[in-house]
Formats: sequence, structure tokens, C-alpha cells
Amino acid sequence: MMDDLCHRLADDFDHAFPDLVSALSDDIYSGLRRLAGADAAEDLTQETFIRAYRALQAYPSQQIRTLRLRGWVWTIALNLGRNHARNRARRPTPVALEDRFGVHDPEPPDSEAWDRRLSRLAPTQRRAVVLRHVVGLGYDEIAAAVDRPEGTVKSDVHRGLERLRQLIEEES
Amino acid sequence: MTLENQLAGLRAPAPAQTAIAVSLGTGLVPGFAVYEAPFGDVAVMFTPAGVRQVRLMDELDPGAVEANPPRAWADRIPRALEEGRPGSLPLDLSEVTPFRQSVLGVAATIPRGEVRSYGWLARHVGKPGASRAVGSAMASNPVPLIVPCHRVVRSDGYIGAYSLGGPENKWALLRHEGAAPEHLEELAAAGMRYLGSDTTGVFCVPSCQRARRITDQHMVGFRSEASALEAGYRPCQVCRPLG
Repeated sequence: MMDDLCHRLADDFDHAFPDLVSALSDDIYSGLRRLAGADAAEDLTQETFIRAYRALQAYPSQQIRTLRLRGWVWTIALNLGRNHARNRARRPTPVALEDRFGVHDPEPPDSEAWDRRLSRLAPTQRRAVVLRHVVGLGYDEIAAAVDRPEGTVKSDVHRGLERLRQLIEEES
Repeated sequence: MTLENQLAGLRAPAPAQTAIAVSLGTGLVPGFAVYEAPFGDVAVMFTPAGVRQVRLMDELDPGAVEANPPRAWADRIPRALEEGRPGSLPLDLSEVTPFRQSVLGVAATIPRGEVRSYGWLARHVGKPGASRAVGSAMASNPVPLIVPCHRVVRSDGYIGAYSLGGPENKWALLRHEGAAPEHLEELAAAGMRYLGSDTTGVFCVPSCQRARRITDQHMVGFRSEASALEAGYRPCQVCRPLG
């Protein structure tokens, strides 16, 4: 499906771009929700796609055709998430949301518990676990997005899950 | 439930407004916001690059989405509308030809409360013979009110046509700015296209702030720039009637 989307982006960029957004927005939002927090996820998701649009606009269509789209978009999202975390640490003002559309879906009841657990993982493990199991990316896509070998990503996921199990055990 | 399944359960749909916010943020869909003008509400359409159009509410592009303009310059929109000049408000004129952009650029310099003719505008863009092309550039001005095409009048001095809803709106805007359109049409009817002062020997377009200071007893009317020059008058340095 992503290959087909790449071809359509290469052929008719402006018309196909909204399809890229609808194909990946749940992925990006769900991941950023866990990696950057509830307050920032919405803005960062929008910003990810706006940056993706500007970057792709400048790409020759041949390059778009061969792009590994999900991993590529995640590279942008992770960068924005990292910058957000860095800025927040420096200057703890919340992002002002221009929200004209009203209410959000309610979060699952144990959402905060998961935030707490995930926050106790090492950053690379948290990122790997979220991308693999919340978002559902393949190891190859994660490896491309974080620019690390697939084997390293696998072991980050494995260790992250181990740590989560341990944390859950400690809770009970 | 396995740990993996629990994590998968954290997947959540992106907020409903994500797609439209991205379309606005990339400029794929224009946004619009509503403002008050002297003759009623207008819709200001914008992209991330700037204001693209000013339209009457019932001429609004059906694809446009009501939204907040970009924070960086949102507050400059009402100011530009009220002052009748872009100031530092970014305009997205990417769909306007370079010639028309230069006409808009000169029209934007016409002071509030004053008017200039199509001929004046043509001379000031360096194409003295192009009044007609200048007229169509004004008629297709995508950002009326902000680029004040209501301050551009016929070369014979009559107020003339207006693209944003018709001439009555042009009159309303000129009255609102204190440009006294009735007075301007009286001068036009009397064939007075320029006003000179016999004390300074300078001639101006009738609405120039300098011309307004000429007292009746020293005021001299001219039917053309040639007759003013023949009478030994110099063009005003402020309204620069000859370009």
C-alpha cells in the first residue's frame, strides 16, 4: 500500500498528499502521544506532516518513488519529538493549541500508568518499544527511522519489554 | 492479555482535525477568516505564505476552511484592512503575473483618503500607455481593501467601477476614509483633473494633501498635465502627477 502511495505521490503530489496524511496520521499520533506526551502530540503530528510536505515537494519524483515512506516520515516525527523535549526542558511553557474543533477522544483508563512505566525505560528502548508495539512498525522500518542497525533495534525492543514486565511485577 | 497486546491497545486515532490542519498548514487548502469592512463582512483567504484573497462572503471559495490565520501575522490583517495598505502583512501573490504584481505594489502606496487615476498608476509602473492593462490589473486585484484599488479612479476623475461588490462599495470606502468622492466627481464634471496654486506654481492631483491646502482664491484648475505645464506650473513632489 505504501509503495502504491509513493507512486501516486510521485505522479500527482498535491492530490496524493492527503492520502499520505490519512494513511499515517494514527501511526504518528499514537507514537508521539507516548513519546512526547498528550499535550504536544497533536501539534507535533500536524507539524510532522507539514514538514514532510515541504521536504517531499523538493524531491525529484524518482526519489519519491523509491522512498521507504513510513520510516522516512518517522524520522521527521522523532526529530520533532526530540526537539520538543529539549525545548520543554529549557523553557517549560506549554504549547498553545489553536483548537477550534473541540473535544478529544478519551484516553484509555490505564493511559497514565503506561506513561509512567514507559518513562522509566531508557530513551532508545522506549522509542523502540513504542514504534514496534504501539505503532506497529516493522524492525526494518524502525531501523531506518532511528538510523540504527536492525539487530540493535530488536535488542532494544526485547530489553524494553523485559523492563516493562519487571516494572509491572513491581507494581503488584 | 500479553504485554504486546496491551501496548497495541494504546494505539489511538489522531484527532479529527489533523487532516484539515495539515491541509491548511501546507497551503493545499486555503483558510479564511471573517472581518468587518465599512460596507459589511469580508472573508480574508490565506495560505501559510500570506493573504491570498479578500472576497465578499457570498463569493467565497467553497473549498476554503474557516480557521485562525497563522499566529505570526494574524493581528496584521485587521490593521491592513483598516489602513488600506499591506504594511508588513505578507501577501501570497504567487498566482499573479509580475506586471500585475508591480501595479499592485504601486497602488499600495496611494495614501489613505486620496485617489489616483489609472493613467497615474500606469505612469508610475513605467508604462505610460498602459492605462487599460492597469485597469484590468485593478479589476482582478485579489486583495482589495488591503491593496487599495478603491483609491484608483478613472483618468477623467470620475470614481468608476469596483470589483468588490460594485461602485457603491467604492464610494462607501472613500467616504469612510474622508476622500470626499462627491467633491471629486464635481471636479471631474468641471473637467478639472489637476489643481494648482498660483502662489507656489505647483500642480497636484485633486486629492493630494497639498492640493487640499490651496485656498479657493489661489486655486487654478487644469484639464490636462500639458495645460498645467504650459501655464508654467511644476508637478507636485508629493503626488507626482507625471510619474
